[in-house]
Amino acid sequence: MTKIETPGADLPLQQLERVVIRFAGDSGDGMQITGNQFTQTSALFGNDLATLPDFPAEIRAPAGTRPGVSGFQLQFSSKDIHTPGDAPDILVAMNPAALVVNLGDLKAGGTVVVNTGAFKTNDLKKAKLDKNPLEDGTLDGYRVIPVDINARVLDALVDSPLKTKEKSRCKNFYTLGLMYWLYSRPLEPTITWLHEKFKKRPELVEANVIALKAGFNAGDIRELFQGQYEVPKTDELPAGTYRNMMGNDAIAMGLVAGAKMAGLTPVLGSYPITPASTILESLASYKHFGVVTMQMEDEIAAICAAIGASFSGSLGITSTSGPGMALKTEAMGLAISAEYPLVIINIQRAGPSTGMPTKVEQSDLLQAVFGRNGDAPVPVISCSRPSDAFQLTIDACRIAVQYMTPVILLSDNFIANGAEPWCLPDIESFKPFPVVFKTDPEGHQTFARNEKGARAWVKPGTPKMEFRIGGLEKDVEGNVSYDADNHQAMTNHRHNKVAAVAESIPTPELDGPDSGDLLILGWGSTVGILTQAVETAREDGVSVSRMHLTHIWPFPKGLDEIFSKFKAIMVPEMNMGQLTRILRGEMPQHNFIPFTKVTGQPFLTTEVVAKIKNVLEG
Amino acid sequence: MTDTATTTLTKKDFVSDQEVRWCPGCGDYAILAAMQKYMADSGADPANTVFVSGIGCSSRFPYYMNTYGFHTIHGRAPAVATGVKVANPDLSVWIVTGDGDALSIGGNHLAHILRRNLNVNILLFNNEIYGLTKGQYSPTSPVGTKKKSTPLGSVDRPFNPIAFALGCNATFVARSVDTDAKHLTRIFAAADAHQGTSFIEILQNCVIFNKDFYNKVVDRSVRADMTVDLVPGEKIVYGADKDKGLRFTASGLDTCGVDDAEVWDPSTATVSQAFAISQLDTDPDTPKPLGIFRAVDAQIYDESVREQVEEAVSAKGEGKIEDLVYSGDCWTVG
Ligand SMILES: Cc1ncc(C[n+]2csc(CCOP(=O)(O)OP(=O)(O)O)c2C)c(N)n1
Ligand code: SF4
Ligand SMILES: [Mg+2]
Repeated sequence: MTKIETPGADLPLQQLERVVIRFAGDSGDGMQITGNQFTQTSALFGNDLATLPDFPAEIRAPAGTRPGVSGFQLQFSSKDIHTPGDAPDILVAMNPAALVVNLGDLKAGGTVVVNTGAFKTNDLKKAKLDKNPLEDGTLDGYRVIPVDINARVLDALVDSPLKTKEKSRCKNFYTLGLMYWLYSRPLEPTITWLHEKFKKRPELVEANVIALKAGFNAGDIRELFQGQYEVPKTDELPAGTYRNMMGNDAIAMGLVAGAKMAGLTPVLGSYPITPASTILESLASYKHFGVVTMQMEDEIAAICAAIGASFSGSLGITSTSGPGMALKTEAMGLAISAEYPLVIINIQRAGPSTGMPTKVEQSDLLQAVFGRNGDAPVPVISCSRPSDAFQLTIDACRIAVQYMTPVILLSDNFIANGAEPWCLPDIESFKPFPVVFKTDPEGHQTFARNEKGARAWVKPGTPKMEFRIGGLEKDVEGNVSYDADNHQAMTNHRHNKVAAVAESIPTPELDGPDSGDLLILGWGSTVGILTQAVETAREDGVSVSRMHLTHIWPFPKGLDEIFSKFKAIMVPEMNMGQLTRILRGEMPQHNFIPFTKVTGQPFLTTEVVAKIKNVLEG
Repeated sequence: MTDTATTTLTKKDFVSDQEVRWCPGCGDYAILAAMQKYMADSGADPANTVFVSGIGCSSRFPYYMNTYGFHTIHGRAPAVATGVKVANPDLSVWIVTGDGDALSIGGNHLAHILRRNLNVNILLFNNEIYGLTKGQYSPTSPVGTKKKSTPLGSVDRPFNPIAFALGCNATFVARSVDTDAKHLTRIFAAADAHQGTSFIEILQNCVIFNKDFYNKVVDRSVRADMTVDLVPGEKIVYGADKDKGLRFTASGLDTCGVDDAEVWDPSTATVSQAFAISQLDTDPDTPKPLGIFRAVDAQIYDESVREQVEEAVSAKGEGKIEDLVYSGDCWTVG
């Protein structure tokens, strides 16, 4: 049974430029692993790619139900691509719930691979279906490839010593093998991964490898498909060394690098929360880089521990998502008032309250910029994609230590869990920003400022520099002061210091003509979709320019001049228009048009293109 | 570390240039003076000493110590101190907190710092009242406390801070009184010497909002009979003539003569004896225990956190950014 047969060569091989594939199954079916393996293999093969995992918040929602459906979408291409694709070309549905939840997104005439073994009466009932969608015409107009994956896996594993339940769990690798065959992908990267993953359980390695190969061979032998496809490697990626990267991993690495460039020990205080936990987990595994992590009792303790670490002369860092940000606000005020560096990371998720923890939204922008008691300004930066998160995290560290201020770094669910090829930077090209602690007591004042507006950093342990500091208003000596003029002056200092950060950040580049009827202004994880939308609109003969903000507070210099050359500036964001509000407040002279979407799902390229045309015509 | 520790400092060297702003007669003054003197006498290095506090009258303490000081936010001093100490385990870190700060808003952090056994000393100034916010009852006020926010008397049962700390598996737990500088100093020294979290509840007089609340136990006229000092290695005896003792029985604790009195050992493996003693003052006729309830050794959080880092560095070699970035499955284009 385990014999591998060479795939026949008689089926036609067709070249495609790009494919969008979506794996969907029960959250227990291992669809995220399947998707990640397909991604990794395609990356190593040399495609450009972008991914969109979409999983339920519950670890194991009741099996077979619609809320339990877990999906993973991936676009891979021989061309430079920017998004995981609007509509899948092919949907792999492991059960009825996965089929009905995802079918509506599939391209007209698209292909559905269905696991017919999971369409028994009971399965249909769990998915709340009266009729079998395989038989009631639901799939009319699609190309359906029925495969009883449940049965095929057990067939392939007759000789395996595993229990039936464990054998069944290999069905995602059978499915993966089938897709590898269809898209002519090599099996080796996944086989290597399996050996590493199940090092301690060789019988699992063997079973999964057999399932993978059986799936691969089935494509060929059973002639399920009319032919194979190939998506050649892309030659559009710039030369360099690449690695497939997810946003949270890039942030974790950026924190290590940023702290090193500052010459400080990174000290993370964190409390687990979706979708930020993997930053804590990654950093905890980087101990040999000198990283200190503390899983604290809540988000308040987490930021307070980070502030304490900065007080001691380390780089305090805290990572969380929206609900955790809410808890951290009072402590942020302390770091703002005492003027300590601190990197605060918010991986945004859909809100309010607990909201939709695994879905994407950009609705914490106003909270980041303004959400504290008192006039309490902090610089706010946002990653746009996994491949810029490393560099922007380093920049957050730089701003924090150079300006002695907390910095909020925003990311979101889409960046955190999405993956794309990352052209690895030349580490030497980064300019370090080593911190010099003040040790000379001569004429020292705790709140004397340098040309950037930053006060000097003195570490406890330094002789003759003892100081007391806190959240009460203080004068230049650091002594508590309720003096009216002093409070105005200190408030101005804090404000000006943050405003001065603008001097140290680049003006974003324009994509397209530097004047015209419409500028698309985005921020955060919409970058790929907006890039794609603008390209598509241009192919349709529409003239439109695009700009993307990474540094949001303060705004970079030069925006007013750029904006003044456009009749309208459309601001697409996954919230109710938060950036638009800030822009209107800061630059009321321009015509900002909000374009908002709050579904927990990213924009579709088609939606943005339609809106562009609509605005230009209207 | 500096060499100032070798030159002799006096109490004055630990007095900051800030004007002390507590109400005249406040118990905080005496605690401050005792601490400044203890620091000088024990040869503490001001440059290496940090006082971290929350918010409250008591939490103003760091401003008056000529050491490093961090006046943080309400209830969070234990969390801030955790970062301070983990980032630099060489610092001598003291937390100053109040009954509201530590046991209301900061109860969670207090529980966790005690559980973790961070190597710091906590001074909880218990005046059984919210001083700074002008006299509302606190989580240590007895049932029936009539204050502005409880005109008909409070109806919630108070925390016993000692029992709270013991319940959190604290490794050093003690109680002292603001007015007894000698006792305070002895407890400071024991706490300072203890490796791990040292928790000291200090009964503190708020002359404005809860004046002399503790007089029924600590007033000179009754103190000998109404308090019992737990001194490690000594018999548990009290009374003006030291003629009354305590001994452990199957059901808990019993009064007895001096001969039968138990020799106090706060380092026993189980916490049950300390806990039984902590419950003494629920009975108005039995003495309120002071002194050292518990002193045991356990794994220390800050040390362990740093050790893991050091071990990882020595096992894998100090990682470089390049190694981190250029790892995993990479491929080359062009
Ligand atoms: C978040 C927050 N909530 C409320 C307060 C108001 N507040 C300040 S101190 C305090 C209680 C202090 O009581 P305690 O800790 O017993 O200190 P004491 O003043 O008695 O020394 C309160 C409620 C605050 N500063 N911050
Ligand atoms: S209010 Fe009470 S605790 Fe506060 S300073 Fe005055 S006497 Fe002391
Ligand atoms: Mg109090």
